[in-house]
Amino acid sequence: MTADVLGAASAGLVSCTACRLLSQPAVAAEPGYCPRCGAELVARHPRSIEYTWALVIAAAILYIPANALPVLTTTTLGSEESDTIISGVIFLYQTGSWFLALIVLVASVMIPLGKLVALSYLCISVQRGSVKNNHDRTRLYRLVELIGRWSMLDVFVDAFIVALVQLKPLMSVEPGSGVVYFMAVVVLTMLAAQSFDPRLIWDHGSDARGRHG
Amino acid sequence: MRHLALDTMACPDCDLPQTIPPLPPGGSARCARCHETIARNPSDPIERPLALTVAAAIVFFVANTMPLMGLSAVGREATTTIIGGAHQMWLEGSELTALAVGFCAVIAPGGYIAFMLTVLLAVRHPPAPRWVADLLRFAAFMQPWSMNEVMLLGILVALIKISQLAEVVPGIGIYSVGVLVLLLAAVAATFDRHVVWTRVEWADGTLPPGDPDTPLAAGVPG
Repeated sequence: MTADVLGAASAGLVSCTACRLLSQPAVAAEPGYCPRCGAELVARHPRSIEYTWALVIAAAILYIPANALPVLTTTTLGSEESDTIISGVIFLYQTGSWFLALIVLVASVMIPLGKLVALSYLCISVQRGSVKNNHDRTRLYRLVELIGRWSMLDVFVDAFIVALVQLKPLMSVEPGSGVVYFMAVVVLTMLAAQSFDPRLIWDHGSDARGRHG
Repeated sequence: MRHLALDTMACPDCDLPQTIPPLPPGGSARCARCHETIARNPSDPIERPLALTVAAAIVFFVANTMPLMGLSAVGREATTTIIGGAHQMWLEGSELTALAVGFCAVIAPGGYIAFMLTVLLAVRHPPAPRWVADLLRFAAFMQPWSMNEVMLLGILVALIKISQLAEVVPGIGIYSVGVLVLLLAAVAATFDRHVVWTRVEWADGTLPPGDPDTPLAAGVPG
């Protein structure tokens, strides 16, 4: 088989995104509905790149208050102490749990940033009609989809600390204003990954003849 | 509308059309171009995930009713449950965060389990009615937002962070969440939704073609 075979869409076929039945609509531009599962047929996610860019840019903007504002405020006998995501990681590191500090650092800082960079790169390479590194780009997309959910970690950590440490007036923890921005970054980057259509990577062909990635 | 033979499909990741050869029980097929796994033939695709989903439903109930962890400091004690995490966030004025936590921790996993249970019961005797297709699509929508494993790690990190401030004791809820994570992973590993599609009545009113016990990969002329 040759590596520059084009996708089903270029042969006038539409693959159902829900049940994967391969249909051959009479008019390729208006495929209608899947005869098996009834889902609306689309050759590619409509406006995939535009939606992905919009969500990536929104997430990048919200990433700033998510890190600058405190996510937790601890009140102990009248004295208040606020923690941002980074200072929470430093606190874990200083109290001796360097392994946990690393987990939180990866989930809360590196995964969201990595997703923004990776999705931007995927969008740019598709817009430039790149035919290079298709295997690597497809693998990068799968990785983004697979690990994206783990950045929700810090939101769960904050929620359960707030829920448990409520011993007023002795000691209590309140959520800071940053936690809602951080949650929004995670949700928006997940939606951005879902709106990107990986089949666009292959639509301009591939230069990897006979290569197995 | 014309459709192609059921053993022909396009890769969901790169759109390459290809014919899936008959797969042995437990076998899987990868895309010829991008190497994504595009077809599986689980050896017991209905009864095994059904049994695991029933178990997951029971454990889900336990995990959501039992305390996750308790705290004691200078003679005072407190406990929390999963929904307690979302509830306190709401009370403290972070309503959107509370909704996200509630959705990812309770509603999405619960919805996924409930829809899967209904779908698997309905397709035991094919052809299953059309609404099964809608439920299956809902279950697929819920799946990426069902974050039990992320929540479990979050609970453990919270436990260790709080232990710097006060004494914490893990509750039955934590162990239940751990078992739930394993069960849902087992459901995902034994279930293949394309087996269900071969047993559901078509949207255009026709019955699923061929012997319903024939897996998708065995191919039926279109």
